[in-house]
Amino acid sequence: MLRHSMIAVAAVTVALAVQARAEEQEPALKDAPGRALVESQCAACHSLEYIRTNSPFMTQKVWEAEVHKMIKAFGAPIEPADAQTIIDYLVRNYGAPG
Amino acid sequence: MIGRRQILQGMGGAAALGASGVLARAAVAAKAPLVSGLPAGVYDAATLAALPGKKPLIKLADRPPNYETPAAYFTTPVTPNDAFFVRYHLADIPETIDADSWTLRVGGDGANGALEFGLRDLQSGFEHVEFAAVCQCSGNRRGLSEPHVPGVQWGVGAMGCAVWKGVRLKDVLAKAGLRKEAVEVVVDGADGPVVDKTPDFVKSIPLWKAMDENTIIATAMNGAPLPHFNGFPARLIVPGWTATYWMKHLTSVMVSTQPFDGFWVKSAYRIPTGKFPVVQHFETQVTAANEPITEMVVNSLIAAPAHDHKLRAGEAVEVKGVAWDAGYGIRRVEVTSDGGRTWREATLGKDHGRFAFRPWSFRFAAAKPGRYVILARASNAIGQTQAEALIFNPAGYHNNVMRPLNLVVA
Repeated sequence: MLRHSMIAVAAVTVALAVQARAEEQEPALKDAPGRALVESQCAACHSLEYIRTNSPFMTQKVWEAEVHKMIKAFGAPIEPADAQTIIDYLVRNYGAPG
Repeated sequence: MIGRRQILQGMGGAAALGASGVLARAAVAAKAPLVSGLPAGVYDAATLAALPGKKPLIKLADRPPNYETPAAYFTTPVTPNDAFFVRYHLADIPETIDADSWTLRVGGDGANGALEFGLRDLQSGFEHVEFAAVCQCSGNRRGLSEPHVPGVQWGVGAMGCAVWKGVRLKDVLAKAGLRKEAVEVVVDGADGPVVDKTPDFVKSIPLWKAMDENTIIATAMNGAPLPHFNGFPARLIVPGWTATYWMKHLTSVMVSTQPFDGFWVKSAYRIPTGKFPVVQHFETQVTAANEPITEMVVNSLIAAPAHDHKLRAGEAVEVKGVAWDAGYGIRRVEVTSDGGRTWREATLGKDHGRFAFRPWSFRFAAAKPGRYVILARASNAIGQTQAEALIFNPAGYHNNVMRPLNLVVA
């Protein structure tokens, strides 16, 4: 069994080395109003998989809290009007009902 | 701030960039071996990808890099350096660190003096110690929280066990001299935020934990220098405690006479006070509502065979994995295949030390065809055992709920 799992790991390694990419494209977010603002503001500090992986379970209240945490706790220089656009985009495209 | 291209240029040079640049046009993101129960978005966004010097790991975020180790690696008690998980909070990560010019500053208002050590000073000036210890992210298995909670959506692989070699923090602090008013030791690393207003990732530990003989500054991991993405050239090792305290690219160690008031201790990495069965607490940082996460809770993982493995009636399969806790010592791993009606003891493998992964295995065979759900439950020397139901907390920490493995007997 140990040998099998080592072979499996080795096979995965070989297969994936071939697919290693030098220039990682930022994963695309859903195309909807607000997308460009979200990409420019959020991706300044972190890649956009943070949004994609944290979906679709966050309600409007939770997305609001996250965006405000980025501004208040982490100092993201986002204007209030932009923050609302970002929240709206995230709730509509990556949010959960509620 | 650096991107992937710059990381590659910094680490591998033009050859690596050129070689994989050709492949990039044809590349399709590889499917990551994800466990079930994660948010739907993880299955869409996570890929298998390799950082420079690393094997392909499960990439949850590119910048800052957050990569977890596939579960298949946890059939052995030591996790290879090139498969060890990577976790950063902030994206301004040094591309490379020159070991010859690296310095560690030691001082603070709780120390008698201020000192600087180069890597050679550190390695030649103190007694060396070496032991195996589990390094586990506080948020390992956050992605399995029910309900889901925001954060890096880790599956089961934000952990690893390595043999760490270095010098005792208490010996280094003794050179600077401690004042009797000292209460905490504040540690910082070379990585930092992209935006100036973002709190730098700085942590503190209680003075008594800093003085523990097992708290070390490691400069070697599994007999080699630390991989860049695991903290080269030196990182703090706090055995038994979650990896949030294991500062990578360590640059300063400051003894403080006051409780540290930085964001990453005061606001982040906290659990509801009194909700988890932990023995050690970070007393100077406890409030009525919450307290810093400290020790890892007792836990285990089934690493093999794969989920939905098929076997014939009467055929045996070796179910195996690892168990770990905060250093009290794993005493027992039990396995059930009938929903917990009966439990049988797994065979424990070699003991690599109380802070290490304890390997275990169990031969399963069933006479009757059907679907079988295997659960493993670890217990430690102070009578703690894994949770049957999640102890929910807003940051998704300390998830040690037993994880089912499905086997199909035909």
